[in-house]
Amino acid sequence: MQPIVSIKNLCKTYKSGHQALKNINLDIQDGEIIALLGPNGAGKTTLISAICGIISTTSGSVTVNGYDTVKQYRKTRGLIGLVPQELTLGAFEKVQSTMAFSRGLFGKKPNTAYLEQLLKDLSLWEKRDAALMMLSGGMKRRVLIGKALAHEPRVLFLDEPTAGVDVELRKDMWKLVSKLRDSGVTIILTTHYIEEAEEIADRVGVINNGELLLVEDKAHLMDKLGRKQLCIELRQSVSEIPDSLSSYQLELSDSGTHLTYTYDVKSTRTGITSLLQAVNAAGLQLKDLQTSQSSLEEIFVNLVSEDQAQ
Amino acid sequence: MNWQAISVIYKSEMLRTWNTLLQSIASPVISTCLYFVVFGSAIGSRIETVGAVNGEGGVSYGAFIVPGLMMLSLLTQSISNASFGIYFPKFTGTIYELLSAPISFFEVVLGYVGAAATKSFIIGVIILLTAGFFVDLKIAHPFWMMGFFILTCITFSLFGFIIGIWADSFEKLQLIPLLVITPLVFLGGSFYTIDMLPPLWQKISLFNPVLYLISGFRWSFFEVSDVGHELSLAIVILFLTLCMGIVWWMFKTGYKLRQ
Repeated sequence: MQPIVSIKNLCKTYKSGHQALKNINLDIQDGEIIALLGPNGAGKTTLISAICGIISTTSGSVTVNGYDTVKQYRKTRGLIGLVPQELTLGAFEKVQSTMAFSRGLFGKKPNTAYLEQLLKDLSLWEKRDAALMMLSGGMKRRVLIGKALAHEPRVLFLDEPTAGVDVELRKDMWKLVSKLRDSGVTIILTTHYIEEAEEIADRVGVINNGELLLVEDKAHLMDKLGRKQLCIELRQSVSEIPDSLSSYQLELSDSGTHLTYTYDVKSTRTGITSLLQAVNAAGLQLKDLQTSQSSLEEIFVNLVSEDQAQ
Repeated sequence: MNWQAISVIYKSEMLRTWNTLLQSIASPVISTCLYFVVFGSAIGSRIETVGAVNGEGGVSYGAFIVPGLMMLSLLTQSISNASFGIYFPKFTGTIYELLSAPISFFEVVLGYVGAAATKSFIIGVIILLTAGFFVDLKIAHPFWMMGFFILTCITFSLFGFIIGIWADSFEKLQLIPLLVITPLVFLGGSFYTIDMLPPLWQKISLFNPVLYLISGFRWSFFEVSDVGHELSLAIVILFLTLCMGIVWWMFKTGYKLRQ
């Protein structure tokens, strides 16, 4: 199946010499939600801006629905909606008129019924005649989403859509994203919130220093890179780990009552049974056991720190 | 052609004019009226006629300055409207929408420059009608007059558009209109014919492109001019082509628009 967005060997070097994107290759399938994770300055916004035509690229190519974003920009841009990271809105325009403006700018004829429904979906209907400068930050964020959706795009780029919004609005956004996906819109979002990617993305890409470190199915990624930890609570504290347990590379808590064992979920032999036998043989009495799985955040931090260490 | 985009840009720019009616239209009209009162009535009443040959013909000084005053307003308003129109989205960051929209440079220009030129045209018409209250006006060549009128609105709106893209601060936005355009208009024969100047200054004035504009425009009213009206028209068209070329280059290279 032809990807809806295909990025081939994309590079971007600014005049200052800073290489913001280094040979990015990525295919995005129709109807999926892909989250791009990365620290500040990683190149997430540059990548989105390059696809949308806001910045020029140094080399490489991008196609949207098979059309080249440079040579056939009219076709590709008409398919794309962009919600920028900053709250970039005018001051005096009205909510409804700014959305109608966006629709027209993308070559679509006015459609009052569609815009009315969109305003209602975004809980902006009551504010449709309000001047943009009178809106709260959260409302402005909704307006930006409304503007991006005003021309009924097939691909939606959300550049940190929930940055600086409260928890309630963030969850509303997630619902909206799910609804959009159900209607067939492909969504590419950048985020700092791992929780967000974990909650709504189908695939996760990690970008750092302009390089796409990996792109994986979210569940697969967690399965592949996720590590589990077994926490053993002891009845009596110990001052050091017995020598007979040294091969398990346990970590002892400051209180001396907790031993932490990290193991690979992929492995057929986790070593838990032998560890528990060894703990018993060492004369340590168990009080409780608890397992936990590493989150996407830990995976992300590990990937980025490994990349920086290289 | 993305007619919808052209239409929404044009309407949105025109809406800004109606929302700021006092600043957009009333202000330049009042300024021009003041020029008529000071130069046309107070000082002009002490000057007999301008452009008389062997003491015959010529036009009253009050009427003589009308084309120059119109040009002064057209030039400053065209530049101001168009430069602000494109600079404001850059300043607020909303330019991203324009850059990511399926719209060509020509369509952007039609929307923004079309609206700026329309506003200048409206102001010019109001000034012309206002001038009719102060002086006895006649237009010898109405088609030429309309030609110069419309071409000036479009050309200097394009020039303003270039300034708006080039400027990266409000200070720079005002720099060229204040330091270049206003002196060129004042020294381009708005209030005098160049034969009133010493010979050296007459020659220097010929290097002022605005002189050709005012001269051609004035000829269409009174058949009085410093240089031939065909040359004036050629200069306007040349400047229009140059501005169009610069705007095309700016969009092609992304100068001050795309990083």
